Amino acid sequence: MKLSGWGNYPQIESTQYNFSSEEQLCQIVEEHQSMAAFGNGRSYGDSALAKNSIVMKNHNYFLQFDERNGVLEVEAGVLLAEIIEAFAPRGWFPKVVPGTKLITVGGAIASDVHGKNHHVSGCFSESVISFQLLLADGSIVECSRDENKPLFLASCGGMGLTGVILRAKLKLKKIKSNAIVQTTIKTENLKETFEAFERYKSQPYSVAWIDCLAKGSSIGRCLLNFGDFAQDQKFDFVQKKKLNIPFNFPSFALNNLSVKAFNWLYYHKVLNKKSTKKVSIDSFFFPLDAIDNWNRIYGKNGFTQYQFILPLAESYKGLEEVLSAIAESGKGSFLAVLKLYGKENDNLLSFPMEGYSLALDFKMEPGLMPLLEKLDQIVIKYGGRIYLAKDSRMSQSTFESGYPKAEEFRALRKSYKLTDKFSTLQSQRLGI
Amino acid sequence: MKYVLIVGAKSDMAKAIAREYAKQGFNLYLAARNVNELEPISNDITTRFQRVVQCFELDLTDFDSHESFYNSLPEKPAGVITAVGYMGEQKNSEVDFEECHQVIDSNYTGNVCLLNIIANDFEARREGFIVGISSVAGDRGRKANYIYGSAKAAFTAYLSGLRNRLYDTGVQVLTVKPGFVATKMTENMDLPENLTAQPEQVAADVFSAQQKGKDILYTKWVWRYIMLIIKNIPEFIFKRLSI
Ligand SMILES: Cc1cc2nc3c(=O)[nH]c(=O)nc-3n(C[C@H](O)[C@H](O)[C@H](O)COP(=O)(O)OP(=O)(O)OC[C@H]3O[C@@H](n4cnc5c(N)ncnc54)[C@H](O)[C@@H]3O)c2cc1C
Ligand SMILES: NC(=O)c1ccc[n+]([C@@H]2O[C@H](COP(=O)([O-])OP(=O)(O)OC[C@H]3O[C@@H](n4cnc5c(N)ncnc54)[C@H](OP(=O)(O)O)[C@@H]3O)[C@@H](O)[C@H]2O)c1
Repeated sequence: MKLSGWGNYPQIESTQYNFSSEEQLCQIVEEHQSMAAFGNGRSYGDSALAKNSIVMKNHNYFLQFDERNGVLEVEAGVLLAEIIEAFAPRGWFPKVVPGTKLITVGGAIASDVHGKNHHVSGCFSESVISFQLLLADGSIVECSRDENKPLFLASCGGMGLTGVILRAKLKLKKIKSNAIVQTTIKTENLKETFEAFERYKSQPYSVAWIDCLAKGSSIGRCLLNFGDFAQDQKFDFVQKKKLNIPFNFPSFALNNLSVKAFNWLYYHKVLNKKSTKKVSIDSFFFPLDAIDNWNRIYGKNGFTQYQFILPLAESYKGLEEVLSAIAESGKGSFLAVLKLYGKENDNLLSFPMEGYSLALDFKMEPGLMPLLEKLDQIVIKYGGRIYLAKDSRMSQSTFESGYPKAEEFRALRKSYKLTDKFSTLQSQRLGI
Repeated sequence: MKYVLIVGAKSDMAKAIAREYAKQGFNLYLAARNVNELEPISNDITTRFQRVVQCFELDLTDFDSHESFYNSLPEKPAGVITAVGYMGEQKNSEVDFEECHQVIDSNYTGNVCLLNIIANDFEARREGFIVGISSVAGDRGRKANYIYGSAKAAFTAYLSGLRNRLYDTGVQVLTVKPGFVATKMTENMDLPENLTAQPEQVAADVFSAQQKGKDILYTKWVWRYIMLIIKNIPEFIFKRLSI
C-alpha cells in the first residue's frame, strides 16, 4: 500500500507486516530486507518510510507500573496519549512530551523527541530506563545505560535504524494537578524575544510562536508561552472554552495572503504584554491534536516542516538571517515555533544542542526546494543541524555537517549487520 | 463497583470496549476461548485503570456450558457485551457445511444460547443492558459473504425481538452494526480509509450509545446511510451487482 508520513510527502509503495507474536516478528525480520518499524506515522517526512513496514501500533499493552518510583513498562506501540489518559488522573505524567500526544513510545525513543521543557529536562531518552530491541539476526537484547550501552545511545534518536524496539521501561514524573498555569508574553522583535527566553529560563515549559512574515525591525516578534503544572492537588480540571487560537484555520488552500492575515490576527489578538491563565494539558501541550488531519489542509502535494537548531552563540545572527530569507521569499507558514534548548546529550543522532531551534511548515510547491537549500547553507554556516524526524529532503552533506557522530552510527550499523536489514527512504538518501 | 461482562474478549474490538468501560469506572468479567490468552489484556487494564478484571473460559459453541458459566460469576453483571463472531471464507462455507455451521453458530446460535440465559436474569432483576455486535453485513445478503451476513441478520432480528420483549422491564438492548473496522478480522483486506473505523472509535461509540440508552448504532455513522442506499436497490438490479 501507499505510505507517507505526516507531511504527505513523499510517498512510498510499502508492504505492511503485522505480527501476533515475537516469534512471528523474528521470522519476518529474518526473511526480509529494507525494513523499518512504523509507529503512528507522526514523523513528517520519510523517516518511517520503508519498503517493508513493521506495524507497531497494535502492540499497545501496558505491562506494569510501580507506584513507588513511577516506573511504567509498556509495549512500544502504546501512544503517549494512552499513558496520559491513564496516568494524569493518578498524578503522573511523561517526563517529556512533544507537540502531539499521538505518537508511540517506540517513535518517541527512535526520534529521541523533546518538548517544551528541553532546557530543563532534556530529551525523551532521559525518561527511558531500558528497552528491548530486536536486532537483524532475530535476537532480542536489553538496552540501557548499563547494558548494551552503545546500542542504547544509537537507538535513542536512531530513527528505527538499529532494530525494532519492542517494549520499554519509562520513568514518569509526579504532577500535582492536571491544570497548567500558563503565561503569555508578547514581544516586538527578535532581541526582545531572546531576552524573554533568557529571563524565563527557570520556567519548566516554554515555547514561542514567531510571526514569520514580519519584516524589518519587527523581525522575530513573538508570543512566548511558558508555564508549569498547577499545585492545587486537583485532577478534575476541564477547560471550559476551547481556545481557538492559533489553529481554527479555514481549510482553503494556504496562500501568502491568508498566512499573513492569520499571523497578524494571531499576534494582535493577544492585547496585553503579559497575561496568565489556567489551561488544560491538551491545550497547553497539544493544541494541534484538537484538529483531526490538519495536515491535509496543505493539499495532496503535501508539505514539509523545516526544523533546525543553531548553537547558542550563533543563534541570534543565524535566526535573523533565516527569518529575513523567509520573509523575503514570501513563503511561510502559520506555524513557526521558536525554542531555547538545553545541553546536548550523548546519543549519536539526537537533534537537540544548546541553542535556539525554529520550526516552520512549507507547502510543497515549485520554488520551495531552492529556498530550503539556501536555508540549509545558513544553518551549516553557523554550525547547526536539521531535525531528522521532520526532514524529507536535506542532502547527505548537510546531514553530515550537522551530525558529527554520523560515522560512528554508520559503523555501529555495519557491525550489527543492520545496514541492509533496516533502511528507510531517509537513511538511503542520507547514506546512513 | 459494577461489573460488565465482555464475551469474545480477545477480539480487538472487544479489547477496546473493555478498556473504555474500565476507563469509565467499571470492573470487568472477560470471557473467551483459551482463557490464558486473556492474561495480557487483563494485566493491561488493571495497570492502566486499576479496576478488578476476572477472566473466564467460554466457548460460545459449547452450548451446554453457558448456564454453569453464567452461574459461576461471583456477582451478576450490570451489563453484557458480546463481540463473538466469525466470518470464515465465504467460498469454504459454500462447499463445506461444517465450516458454514461454524459461521452460523459463532455469530448466531451461540450468542442466542448465552443471551437467553442472561436476558432471563436481567428480566427478573428488571435491570441491565445487553449489547450485541452484529454487522452491516446482516442488512442485506451479498454474494461476497452471505453465510456470515445471514447469520448476522438473524442475530440482528434476535436482538430486535429481545429489545421488544424487555422494553417493559427497563432492560436495554443495543444492536451494534459496525461497517469496516481495522481489526485482526480485516487485517489482510485493503479497506477504504474514510469508511474504516479504528477499534477505539467503535468502543467510544458503543459506550456512548449504551449510556444514552440507544437501540441501534451504526459505526462509523455514515454506514447508516450507505446501508440505506444498499437496502433500497431493487432486487432485480441488486442481483446483478458485485459489491
Ligand atoms: C503535530 C506534531 C507535533 C510534533 N511536535 C514535536 C515536538 O515538539 N518535538 C519532537 O521532538 N517531535 C515532534 N514531532 C515529531 C514526532 O514526535 C516524531 O516524529 C515521532 O517520532 C513520531 O512518532 P510515531 O510513533 O508517529 O513514529 P513514526 O512517525 O511512525 O516513526 C518515526 C521513526 O521512529 C521509528 N520507530 C517507530 N516505532 C519504532 C519502534 N517500535 N522501534 C524502532 N523504531 C521505531 C520509525 O522507524 C521512524 O524512523 C511532532 C509531530 C507532529 C505531527
Ligand atoms: N472487523 C470488521 O470489519 C467487522 C465489521 C462488522 C462486524 N464485525 C463483528 O465485530 C465483532 C468483533 O470482531 P473483530 O473484528 O474484533 O474480529 P475478531 O478479532 O476475529 O473477533 C471475533 C472474536 O470472536 C471470538 N470467537 C469466535 N468464535 C467463538 C466461539 N465459538 N466462542 C468464543 N469466542 C469466539 C474470537 O475468539 P478467538 O480469539 O479465540 O478466535 C474472536 O476473539 C465480530 O462479531 C465481528 O463479526 C467486525
